[in-house]
Amino acid sequence: MDAMTRLHITRRQVLLAGGAALGASALPVPAAALGQMDTAIRSLFGEATIRPGKVTLDLPPLVENGNTVPMTVSVESPMTKDNYVKAIHVFNDKNPQPNVISLKLSPRAGRATIATRIRLAGTQKLTAIAEMSDGTLWSGTEEVVVTLAACLEDLP
Amino acid sequence: MTARALINLPRKAKRGDVIEIKTLISHVMESGFRTGTNGKMIPRDIITSFACSYNGEEIFSTQFYPAIAANPFVTFYAVATESGTLAFTWIGDNGFEVTQEAKIVVE
Repeated sequence: MDAMTRLHITRRQVLLAGGAALGASALPVPAAALGQMDTAIRSLFGEATIRPGKVTLDLPPLVENGNTVPMTVSVESPMTKDNYVKAIHVFNDKNPQPNVISLKLSPRAGRATIATRIRLAGTQKLTAIAEMSDGTLWSGTEEVVVTLAACLEDLP
Repeated sequence: MTARALINLPRKAKRGDVIEIKTLISHVMESGFRTGTNGKMIPRDIITSFACSYNGEEIFSTQFYPAIAANPFVTFYAVATESGTLAFTWIGDNGFEVTQEAKIVVE
């Protein structure tokens, strides 16, 4: 009996060890499941808290041509010497690369707003993250439906 | 390398006003993710950075990625502090570099 229990325990231990090893090898999976956007955001900001709010992403809800999509990002900020937006980063979820644009601002910008045209390879989510002068991070997210995707078409 | 750049900003402004600056430059912004007729990837050729300096001091800069559409168009804002020159610089792959200046009178 004693020997059996011992055997049983050792067998369980072996199984547990095997399971742990499996778990260890499977660790990168949740990170991959985060999606390229969250991975890129985490690699840039680490574990810093990102609060939703203050950032507005303005994109058409339905886009016919993903090759040129007008996008406006604006952040609520007085833009004074003591309280301004230091940087804005825009990320996407489905393009071949997670980054869209990164910009640096100073109080001399007057207004934390930027407009540009971007490419979108399919229907997806975009997130803009603003870094304030006091170090806090704020985010805004927008969903866009794209009928004709950019980037994937080949030359005729 | 030459490229056509367009810059639109008010010629005159009151001191302390927030002015809108619109910039447009002609560039293919080849993403590097497309295949050509020969089945090979077309190498990346994009503008990687754009910056604006006001009388020598940098007030705005951006980093572009392949997700920026061809002929990059950027609208941003600046506080009109003094009369002078705004210099706009685009730097990209394959030695691409364009600098253009615009004058502003601040009263």
